[in-house]
Amino acid sequence: MALDSIQKNLLKEVADLESIPTGAYNIRSNGGLHSRNVTANIDIVTKTDKPGIDIIIKKSEKRERVDIPVIITESGIKDLVYNDFYIEDGADVIIVAGCGIHTVDSGDSSHDGIHSFHVGKNAKVLYYEKHYGGGDGNGKKVMNPTTVIEIDQGGSMTMETAQIKGVDSSIRKTSATLKENATLIIHEKIMTHGNQYAETDFNVDINGEGSNVHVVSRAVAKDSSVQKFYSVVNGNCACTGRTECDAIVMDKAKVLALPGLNANDVDASLVHEAAIGKIAGEQLIKLMTLGLTEQQAEEQIVNGFLK
Amino acid sequence: MAMLELKNICFTAENEDGKKDIINNVSLTLNEKFIAFTGPNGGGKSTLAKIIMGIIKPTSGKIYLDGEDITDLSITERAHKGLAFAFQQPVRFKGITVSDIVNLASGKKLSVQEVCAYLSEVGLCAREYVNREINASLSGGELKRIEIAATMARGAKFSIFDEPEAGIDLWSFNSLIKVFERLSEKVGGSLLIISHQERILNIADRIIVIANGKVKSDGVKADVLPDILKSSACSVLTEKEN
Repeated sequence: MALDSIQKNLLKEVADLESIPTGAYNIRSNGGLHSRNVTANIDIVTKTDKPGIDIIIKKSEKRERVDIPVIITESGIKDLVYNDFYIEDGADVIIVAGCGIHTVDSGDSSHDGIHSFHVGKNAKVLYYEKHYGGGDGNGKKVMNPTTVIEIDQGGSMTMETAQIKGVDSSIRKTSATLKENATLIIHEKIMTHGNQYAETDFNVDINGEGSNVHVVSRAVAKDSSVQKFYSVVNGNCACTGRTECDAIVMDKAKVLALPGLNANDVDASLVHEAAIGKIAGEQLIKLMTLGLTEQQAEEQIVNGFLK
Repeated sequence: MAMLELKNICFTAENEDGKKDIINNVSLTLNEKFIAFTGPNGGGKSTLAKIIMGIIKPTSGKIYLDGEDITDLSITERAHKGLAFAFQQPVRFKGITVSDIVNLASGKKLSVQEVCAYLSEVGLCAREYVNREINASLSGGELKRIEIAATMARGAKFSIFDEPEAGIDLWSFNSLIKVFERLSEKVGGSLLIISHQERILNIADRIIVIANGKVKSDGVKADVLPDILKSSACSVLTEKEN
């Protein structure tokens, strides 16, 4: 089935795809399967007990990529999907997920994706997830992604999430458990504007010795938008954990950051850094001395911050 | 060479103790290649430099660049007219890289080699720095040198450096002086350097001592420097071994 121009644009926004990918993929459109392709090492199977798919990734010679975009172009859709990723021991994969909603009328549309990752021993996952809302419709675009991560011994996962534009409301819940020598890195970028609401909730249990968690959240809240950031890192053994939460607040926006560190072991080394505030006047002045207008300086600072 | 004129510049700051004259009726015509402002801390050097750049608005007085009245121009407009400013304490930016700032300063898209050339000029091993963010991971000295490199990339006709020597102790003074000489050669503009360092004052064509918001003395190096060095009353020079 061919994609129309709106679908193509959404695919570009959420997955940086110009057209249907060549490798393994599963495109979900308006609450149903649009198209799918599997490869020798990546299998995708429709669930029989609930909506969603199982993605099984085998160990292969070289790293493969699988795309799982969700696109919604009709209003009034309430999409709920369970995707389970089984990354076998020693596998190495790039997973690109994301959801784009483009509506032109006043009906609300939502997508709640529940993604579970079972990262095998010494497996490596690079996971990109991007959320985007477009279209002129004043219907609310709501996305509530839930990510559940289990990383086995020596496994690693890097998760890059971005929500830059057009999502009216999102509650993002991420929880993870790590076994020995596992690594989890999360980079989150969020920009809200208008009356948008975005909430992030991280909860990580570090259970295996020598494992490491690093969460970096960068947020820009404009206009009258509201953002909330909650995180709890539980260091239950000799491990390292670090969370960084930086936010730029503009106009009448509000940002709450409630970071929590829980050292349940004398050898758990946990660090948190948080900084929330408006753009520093001296940053604007510096860029203005380089010839930028105040507005250009502001854009430069925000773009750099969310890069 | 650019010509910058300050006419009867006054700046009065208000605080809870009332009004305080920071700059008191300063008039200067600056058209030399190397000009140095020196004088005791708190004497008004940096304030005067910030008034020139438009960062601080004078209470009264006029500023002319090559005969054009720039008193009411914004910082941005002054930058476009050919003024550049290297801050004493450069600001950090999360997410903006060294390469970004040098590109913004130059006003055009530079190749990686061109960015590296500017960084090498200030003694930074370019490849290690070009993609680094200008954040807290950089030391004060590194930031200072990046600030100088970015100001060089501006290629402005009138460049102001506020205490460029501060924090560059790991780098040699001679290199810093060479940077100023090369910048002057390349652009053919004027450099106004605020400094306490005898070795920097030594390369100046003209030294202006600013104290208590006024011009205390003003002249060529041969006339002014011996007096400064003699003066034990005000520690104009705080020469440190580097």
